[in-house]
Amino acid sequence: MKLVTAIVKPHKLGDVKDSLQGMGVTGMTVTEVKGFGRQRGHTEVYRGTEYQVDLVPKIKLEVLVDVMDVDRAVKAISDAARTGSVGDGKLWVTDIDAVTRIRTGEIGPDAI
Amino acid sequence: MVTATDRELMMEEALWNPGDIAWMLTATAFVLFMTPGLALFYGGMVRSKNVLSVLMQNFWCMGIITIVWIVAGYSIAFGGGGSPFLGGVDHLFLNGIAVDYGSAHLPEAVNVVFQLAFAVITPALITGAFAERMKFSAFAIFVAVWSLLVYSPLAHWVWDVGNGFLNKWGVLDFAGGTVIHVNAGVAALVAAIIIGKRKGWPKPGFRPHNLTMTLLGTGILWFGWMGFNAGSAGSASPQAVNAFLVTQVSAATGAVVWAIVEWIKDGKPTTLGVASGGVAALVGITPAAGFVDVQSALIIGATCGVLCYFAIGLKSKLGYDDSLDVVGVHMVGGIIGGLLTGLLADAAIGGTAGGLAQMGKQAVGLGVGIVWSAVLTTIILLAIKYTIGLRVTEEDEERGLDLSLHSEEGYSFAELGATSTASSLVTSSTSTSGG
Repeated sequence: MKLVTAIVKPHKLGDVKDSLQGMGVTGMTVTEVKGFGRQRGHTEVYRGTEYQVDLVPKIKLEVLVDVMDVDRAVKAISDAARTGSVGDGKLWVTDIDAVTRIRTGEIGPDAI
Repeated sequence: MVTATDRELMMEEALWNPGDIAWMLTATAFVLFMTPGLALFYGGMVRSKNVLSVLMQNFWCMGIITIVWIVAGYSIAFGGGGSPFLGGVDHLFLNGIAVDYGSAHLPEAVNVVFQLAFAVITPALITGAFAERMKFSAFAIFVAVWSLLVYSPLAHWVWDVGNGFLNKWGVLDFAGGTVIHVNAGVAALVAAIIIGKRKGWPKPGFRPHNLTMTLLGTGILWFGWMGFNAGSAGSASPQAVNAFLVTQVSAATGAVVWAIVEWIKDGKPTTLGVASGGVAALVGITPAAGFVDVQSALIIGATCGVLCYFAIGLKSKLGYDDSLDVVGVHMVGGIIGGLLTGLLADAAIGGTAGGLAQMGKQAVGLGVGIVWSAVLTTIILLAIKYTIGLRVTEEDEERGLDLSLHSEEGYSFAELGATSTASSLVTSSTSTSGG
């Protein structure tokens, strides 16, 4: 089992979600986060004074998938989240030792 | 017991003008709505951890200044007779006024309550200068004393017709350019210097936390200002109509001009820009509203839009932390408006013809107001500084005044950690948990 964690632009969340659901993913967890990468932040101006804002809003999306689905999931997320401009985000895959569905007690791939 | 017939007779004998009374009470309600508007205008510009402390200071003014005004403030300002420098003591606790059925076109109680709304908003304007760091006890003492010792005498000098020395000499201040805006703006400058900079200023991190709130506050101020200026005619008269019209024209011009200036200079027009330009131009037209025509309103609005924009940049050059730009908007806008009132006054509108001579008089009137406010505000603030102190501790300042002074938070969207139990509700008078 794998955990796919993706940081994407907030306005791309809808596309990413549709794309993942289209390939059969049935659940995900989404968090509003802030951070920066190569995009750095942006500048805001209030009454003529400039403020450099380093941390910009992003969406962190976490999806548990079976090993055989992981490549498709990565592709679904990257295709849906890509705009081609700096700041599109990042995603990474980590191994998961155990998963339990709390309601039924199912474990392993059945619980995904 | 006054019967209906008695009342009709009294109305015939008295010269009450129902139209005047109706307009002036309406205008009073407009002006009373400005202080909550100002609270939102300011509240949106501070960091979220201090939003309630700003609202609290403004609402506190609505409470305490009302009391101060009826106890003594009104009498000092409009005490009847008195001297050119101070009103009398005849009207302490509104003695003799509350049930006034006099023969004027307005019962004096109307003037009491209309002027009360002005007395409330003036110290509230200063709160923008020392926002995010002042102790509440120090603030509470400051505004009450300042209203009595600084505001009421100046109101007497400029506005007590036939008594105040600046009024008799012919200084024009229709709705409070000097008495309110320059007075509050100078006090703001003094306060910003004496209380010192916010911890960390001018490093980044002092962004406005909620400009939608600031824009709503601007709208309320703009709306209320119609009563502020048009009500200052003191009657439902053509002069009130003129004041209403030029107020709208000036505010609109200032909003647009400020935004265009920053569009050219900083690259983009901003919402805080139209809000600031509108307010600056409302300040500028305040002393002029009953004396100038529409063309002059365009000039006043545009001048304030440009000059107040640049005046705001002074604080970072000179190094005083006037948190919300009370000096750049109210002091500078008030001075511009006061001087231009003298230059542009039209005898057909307010009975006084403008020109360089009148402009000179205006400069003297402004100078008197500036010196008075600067000296008295310095004395009051230093007295507080060396007794109970002006500032919260550094720790409280970092934590935010909402929690450290009021045990509240402006925003508790997240429910995590916000659980409270029945016992804590009952017993914890000093609890700092929640939110």
